[in-house]
Amino acid sequence: MSFFKKLKEKFTDQTDTVTEKFRDGLSKTRDSFVGAMNDLVKDYRKVDEEFFEELEEILISADVGVNTVMDLIDDLKDEARTRNISDAKEIQPVISEKLAELLQKTDEETKLNMQENELTVILFVGVNGVGKTTTIGKLAHKFKGEGKRVVMAAGDTFRAGAIEQLEVWGERVGVDVIKQQAGSDPAAVMYDAIRSAKSKKADVLLCDTAGRLQNKVNLMNELEKVKRVLTREVPDAPHEVLLVLDATTGQNAMSQAKTFGKSTDVSGIVLTKLDGTAKGGIVLAIRHELDIPVKLVGLGEGMDDLQEFEADQYVHGLFADVLEEVEEAAEE
Amino acid sequence: MAFEGLAERLQGTLKKIRGKGKVNEQDVKEMMREVRLALLEADVNFKVVKKFIADVKERAIGEEVLDSLTPGQQVIKVVNEELTKLMGGEQSKIAVSQKPPTVIMMVGLQGAGKTTTTGKLANHLRKKHNRNPLMVAADIYRPAAIKQLETLGKQLSMPVFSLGDQVSPVDIAKQAMAKAKEDHHDYVLIDTAGRLHVDNELMDELVQIKEATSPDEILLVVDAMTGQDAVNVAESFNEQLGITGAILTKLDGDTRGGAAISVKAVTDTPIKFAGVGEKIDALEPFHPERMASRILGMGDVLTLIEKAQTNVDEERAKELERKMRTNDLTFDDFLEQLAQVRSMGPLDELLDMMPGAGKMKGLKNIQVDEKQIGHIEAIVKSMTKAERETPSLLNASRRKRIAKGSGTSIQEVNRLIKQFDEMKKMMKQMSGMQKGKGKKKGGLGGMNFPFM
Repeated sequence: MSFFKKLKEKFTDQTDTVTEKFRDGLSKTRDSFVGAMNDLVKDYRKVDEEFFEELEEILISADVGVNTVMDLIDDLKDEARTRNISDAKEIQPVISEKLAELLQKTDEETKLNMQENELTVILFVGVNGVGKTTTIGKLAHKFKGEGKRVVMAAGDTFRAGAIEQLEVWGERVGVDVIKQQAGSDPAAVMYDAIRSAKSKKADVLLCDTAGRLQNKVNLMNELEKVKRVLTREVPDAPHEVLLVLDATTGQNAMSQAKTFGKSTDVSGIVLTKLDGTAKGGIVLAIRHELDIPVKLVGLGEGMDDLQEFEADQYVHGLFADVLEEVEEAAEE
Repeated sequence: MAFEGLAERLQGTLKKIRGKGKVNEQDVKEMMREVRLALLEADVNFKVVKKFIADVKERAIGEEVLDSLTPGQQVIKVVNEELTKLMGGEQSKIAVSQKPPTVIMMVGLQGAGKTTTTGKLANHLRKKHNRNPLMVAADIYRPAAIKQLETLGKQLSMPVFSLGDQVSPVDIAKQAMAKAKEDHHDYVLIDTAGRLHVDNELMDELVQIKEATSPDEILLVVDAMTGQDAVNVAESFNEQLGITGAILTKLDGDTRGGAAISVKAVTDTPIKFAGVGEKIDALEPFHPERMASRILGMGDVLTLIEKAQTNVDEERAKELERKMRTNDLTFDDFLEQLAQVRSMGPLDELLDMMPGAGKMKGLKNIQVDEKQIGHIEAIVKSMTKAERETPSLLNASRRKRIAKGSGTSIQEVNRLIKQFDEMKKMMKQMSGMQKGKGKKKGGLGGMNFPFM
């Protein structure tokens, strides 16, 4: 059980509250997912075709995505064969291990790329209704708490009430919002905002954009233009392009990540609404197929409920029950 | 694309059973695995898929293959029919209360598109049903949600009832009802805040609004991109509120929209509308049968099958098949085929509908320009009878004359002749292939369209 030990050791350095948040936020996910897995082990004593088919279903029900599931199942079959595992109980830790491996591929940076003593520009993109504006509000709150000077750009000039929504966040958090009239060119808003952020010597500029479906070519072009304007004003900006994904989204999230990635070089993902039921699988698929890291997760409605993504904690949250069982077994 | 359509998925399996007269159990089993994957990739909930597959399997085994269909098409036909059945056969209408106003409550998760859809629905009711709706801003939680609805109201020049974000949604709903009666509105659309189905406190608030307003419709607004979780969401909302229908939003994206099936299956209430764009009039009545094809990701095979059944004259097709085998296809046949195929609809759509078209050499990514077809027709019609029967007659001066006569260029004429030759070659190959597979039952098999 070295894998679980390793996981556990990593947490000793981390604050309990953060871990707690992950646990709470993910409890629904874990209940349904781990519950299903335990049932699976109970129902099938033996590891056979049927067992794998059922496992496949469990993973798919977590929105992991068919391709990733297939790869994973193939891996597991090989593993079972080489390790000569035929008991369903024995394969359970192997499954957890494999899943964690997918998420923890490397210890790659999942931290935001922040500039020292210079303006950091972060652009938020995504489809409609995933929570871009809310995420920006929460992130502004976080940065503000770290003593940074923050400016927000109201780049969603399309949706009714979007500018006002960001303004409310601005008031709540105590951060300036740069805006123009509804319906104006978002690229022009960005130009104003980056100018203003520079003259105010701000540390962070958070750029909101209108939600758009990835198959709308002209809207995607508009996004490219927004990005170009930012790059023109600050050469290496935007320092982060964060794609906001709704965790309830199914397989289409992959298409979103691909298309937004192509037109704006997405550097990271914010996974929102992770506090509902049955989710998180999409993280595996995204890591597996596109290798775009998840950088932030939304775990609730409160201002503090935006957390940095930690693969270890994520896995821990997902497998807390399994972990405890394993520990109990080890003690006996 | 990350997704493969069912048609493509079935290719491998189909190859093995092409030319069989009956679908046996093993074939069905193999095909069902592909159907299952296609549905899962489309985000249909796995439990729903499981049951569905069991039903279809039972129906498909042992079914006689229609003469004009390949076994693969046959299975797709069954799948499509069952899927359409599952989605609910016909379109459903929005409720009209005996005693106005009719009250509609909009509920759903955050970001599903409730507020936008409320605006769209108000517009729809006024435009299509000549109604006078009152929109009620009962989302006091999300910043500027009320402002959003008010802006929509302004765009539509329609009244929006709001009491700011300090009054409880239940009170807002109650007062809105009084206001609606006073102002003689015949519809009241209540826009509620997005909430998680596991948030008991907020779900309870919805129950209270329901009790206070006794709505005629409670519509669950569902994002078409929702994954497996759609089942849990729909189930909870339905259990706690008793929804009367659903609206599927963001269907103008490239999602398959399997959530539609999941929602329908667990709530057994119809999907009434679909949001298909950002504009205020982008709300359409929901068509279950179209959705079935979209979820399967295979174009509209059923339509194609129907079209093929009605449009292709059996006798002529047999004659054509003979000609194909003997390789004496003429430009006349070509023209006739062209007309026949065209009568079925736009060509590129037909190609999309063809399972297998993608696999044939030279047909992948073929671009069919309708105008081009007109040119082709003109060219062929400018040929003499003899030329049409014996294409080898076509020398340079004849080609020049044809170009002039059809108003095209020599290059175009040359291209057509070349294409025609290639087509003949391809057909010879294909008919050879089929002969190789042994007895072919039912005159047409997979080769309904020599044009392709």
